[in-house]
Amino acid sequence: MPSENLAITWRRMPERYRLVGTECQNCKTAYFPARKLCPKCRRKGRIVPRQFSGRGKIYSYTEVFAGPSGFELEVPYLLAIVELEEGPRLTAQIVGVSEKDVKIGDEVEMVFRRIQEDSAEGLIHYGYKFRMRRRG
Amino acid sequence: MAVAVGIAGYGACVPKYRIKAAEIARVWGEDGARIEKGLGVFEKSVPDIDEDAATLAVEAARNAIELGRISPQAIGALYVGSESHPYAVKPTATIVAEAIGAGPALTAADLEFACKAGTAGIQICMGLVGCGMVRYGMAIGSDTSQGKPGDALEYTASAGAAAFIIGREKEEFVAEIEDTFSFTTDTPDFWRRQHAEFPSHGGRFTGAPAYFRHVIGATQGLFEKMGTRASDYDYFVFHQPNGKFPLEAAKKMGIDPEKVKPGLFTPLIGNTYSAASPIGLCGVLDIAKPGQRILLTSFGSGAGSDSFSIRVSEGIVEKRGGYKGWRLSDYIAHKEYLDYALYAKHRRKLKSL
Repeated sequence: MPSENLAITWRRMPERYRLVGTECQNCKTAYFPARKLCPKCRRKGRIVPRQFSGRGKIYSYTEVFAGPSGFELEVPYLLAIVELEEGPRLTAQIVGVSEKDVKIGDEVEMVFRRIQEDSAEGLIHYGYKFRMRRRG
Repeated sequence: MAVAVGIAGYGACVPKYRIKAAEIARVWGEDGARIEKGLGVFEKSVPDIDEDAATLAVEAARNAIELGRISPQAIGALYVGSESHPYAVKPTATIVAEAIGAGPALTAADLEFACKAGTAGIQICMGLVGCGMVRYGMAIGSDTSQGKPGDALEYTASAGAAAFIIGREKEEFVAEIEDTFSFTTDTPDFWRRQHAEFPSHGGRFTGAPAYFRHVIGATQGLFEKMGTRASDYDYFVFHQPNGKFPLEAAKKMGIDPEKVKPGLFTPLIGNTYSAASPIGLCGVLDIAKPGQRILLTSFGSGAGSDSFSIRVSEGIVEKRGGYKGWRLSDYIAHKEYLDYALYAKHRRKLKSL
């Protein structure tokens, strides 16, 4: 597994660990991953960090049977486009359920999980995945 | 105690997967019913492929913050106790701090003392909070423990986490920690050497000179220090390596077993090691009424016990009532069984993994 540059991993920790993206205070558009420039407001935009709630719903999903290296133990797994309640969409694994338990529109919440490790002696990468929201 | 310190928030986490003791017994040619009866354990939790002591600690910590309504930025100290830290060198505590949005104005460290590293963290936080060095301290016990395949430990070694926010503002307490007492000796009942995959233990030696001597020593030491007795407490939470030891310890001290059972979760989730007695405390805090008293005694092999006298505060009603996250009872009810083959894959017990 090719390992990611340490500085990049480190820089993305707030985003991966607790869903810190950005928001343009001018047009109130939320961005995840973080953007440095608001494409709508351009130079009038005022970008500030924003932590997302971690709640959202499944916009679309697929089941992965042939995953990339490092995910051999997890196949088959669910990969979804999750629409956060603040608006942005992101791609993430859905954990703890199988394909038959999931449908588009289901409510999900962010969990903190291991994503992959560089090697037996390498860095462990953590980040967001999602699970079905608790009923009731 | 010179200054009142208490629990301002608490949270637990138990993985979704379970394996039954009878399924493990089937593989090793043992009698499942005899094992269940002998250990008092029917099933144990198994972490998912992508869960480890750090991820469980993060989830418990987030639950504690939500219940306690404490800003992560106000946490000045964070300790994670575990015997299964994901790294040999690189703290779990920094991963947790980053994931909950605490720091960088924060002191943090990992602790290890077999099954009592979580309560050791509570004591350190009590000291730091009590003397005014930090406003809030967070202590977490988290483990994904491993038993050697076929060993008696394999029936119980499980995974879970519990987190506590320790503070000193009385109106924020869900429970006040009235006092603490520890009992520590060099007793080689259980250990794991550097680079060893699985722990070794002294079999029957883990009972009388280890578990019972320390649990009873710490509990009675706390009674003596405070001038209290068993009848002053409504609940007792003891370290629970199996379903039997805590009830036996209670019997030896003349404690009503009905006061132990509400905080005894090992029969359903196994021994969560550093999280075992802390999870028991979470379960009791979920049901206790203001004014009730809880005695918590952990045990860590090697060996030592920490006892705590805890009085439930009025504030628990509002914090518990407003909490929308996962409770211990949700984690226990939300389960899926694995057979031994899938369990071996989850715990990477196969040589190629």
